[in-house]
Amino acid sequence: MIPFEYKQAEDEHTAVATVTGNSRAAFLGGGTNLVDHMKLGIAAPELLVDVTRLPLDRIECLPDGGLRVGAAVRNSDLAADSAVRERYPVLTQALLAGASGQLRNLATTGGNLLQRTRCVYFQDTTTPCNKREPGQGCSALEGHTRYHAVLGASKHCVAVHPSDMAVALAALDALVHVQGPDGGRAIPATELHRLPGEHPEWDTVLRHGELITAVELPPLPFATRSRYRKARDRASFAFALVSVAAALDVTDGIVRGARIAFGGLAHKPWRARLAEQALLGRPATDDEFRASAEAELADAQPLPGNEFKLPMARNMLVATLRELSGDDAP
Amino acid sequence: MKSDITLTVDGQRYALTVDNRVTLLDALRDNLGVTSAKKGCDHGQCGSCTVLLNGRRATTCLAFAVAHDEADITTSAGLAQDGDLHPLHRAFIDHDAFQCGYCTPGQICSAVGMLDEARQGWPSAVTAEVTSAPPLDTAEIRERMSGNLCRCGACVNIVAAISEVATGRRLAAFPSAAEPRQERWS
Repeated sequence: MIPFEYKQAEDEHTAVATVTGNSRAAFLGGGTNLVDHMKLGIAAPELLVDVTRLPLDRIECLPDGGLRVGAAVRNSDLAADSAVRERYPVLTQALLAGASGQLRNLATTGGNLLQRTRCVYFQDTTTPCNKREPGQGCSALEGHTRYHAVLGASKHCVAVHPSDMAVALAALDALVHVQGPDGGRAIPATELHRLPGEHPEWDTVLRHGELITAVELPPLPFATRSRYRKARDRASFAFALVSVAAALDVTDGIVRGARIAFGGLAHKPWRARLAEQALLGRPATDDEFRASAEAELADAQPLPGNEFKLPMARNMLVATLRELSGDDAP
Repeated sequence: MKSDITLTVDGQRYALTVDNRVTLLDALRDNLGVTSAKKGCDHGQCGSCTVLLNGRRATTCLAFAVAHDEADITTSAGLAQDGDLHPLHRAFIDHDAFQCGYCTPGQICSAVGMLDEARQGWPSAVTAEVTSAPPLDTAEIRERMSGNLCRCGACVNIVAAISEVATGRRLAAFPSAAEPRQERWS
């Protein structure tokens, strides 16, 4: 690890200006991903601006029924928040499905969104990786593909986004507020992360120096019936093979509203708009749920070694929607 | 590049100068000679380095010391007071809940933090209804302790030891990590 300078951020604007002014500066949140990358030699910032003590650690109820979550709110506190548990149980479940209790006490909302892929080739600096070093090639394409993308990948990168929380935020149409050198802007959570295309080295649409300050959850009354389901290689403390975040509004047996996003399938949380459209106005039956999954996954391009993700995603979506439409649904 | 920081560890206050690259774990072990927290994977995956950081369980291998100036840290060793073991220490011994013992200090700190989280009504990934505050049954304890790995296979006994403290006769003597140290052993 190269030596680096450390600064406590005094306020948002100074923090943004400081990082903007140094191309090798980075914001430091809980550190659970960045510090690991510095140890592994994936990241080598020469200046860290610590933003964890900025007054961004509040969860506020908004007048319209939504919530505003400060970027420095810890994952454990967000998961435990009573308003989140009541209004957006899918978000609590997604947060609790990620990492461990110790890590959730450190990790922040903003940092969780910006964590990078756990692709083993990205993490191993002895293997070529276009995301780590553009132009090197992708080791995964000819390698171990069990964990890799089946939707939206490119010939340059087949890595998947690791965050569980971000999948729930994509389903909930959250807005990500950022502060940059030219002022603030709000980015839909569904548009924060990118597909790899020609530039897998860019995970998000954020520019250098832009700081996530808050995540806003719009009101969604039927999200009180929502669920996060995750399949992984061991019972706990592992990244998703496939995950599903869903909220469902069923009246008189007919689907009136649906919000669905997948994790583990793509370079970004995958909002399943085709599945949502296929469900609207249709009976809440397993056949319809299955058809909606098939509609979403029709263009999938699995790799040799991860074909199992397609039936897994389909079955998980069917089971999740069935649970949400049942009489005993949460 | 170095920084001056202050840490309170197991009730003792230390002023130290650390290279910015030093983690909390390395500051404890190498700078202060506090070896209760163990270095296992050094990448946040095994839980051996877990301490109570400002009253909450946290791994220390992915936290730069410089970013935790003024922190109050309790290690497993610091949970014992005046020669008396913590109820979880005793339960681990009684249940034979460790073999080599390397992961045990992290397990103990994690269990103390986890029991506090449960007492506050926090749900877990196995809680069916997240608006509820679930009782700490075996499934809940296993999930909540999943950030601590034991390679010896003592896991079953670890669950039994924690379960006894969570639900059994040791409960009355169990202190809260959030309470000030001096008031813990009333």
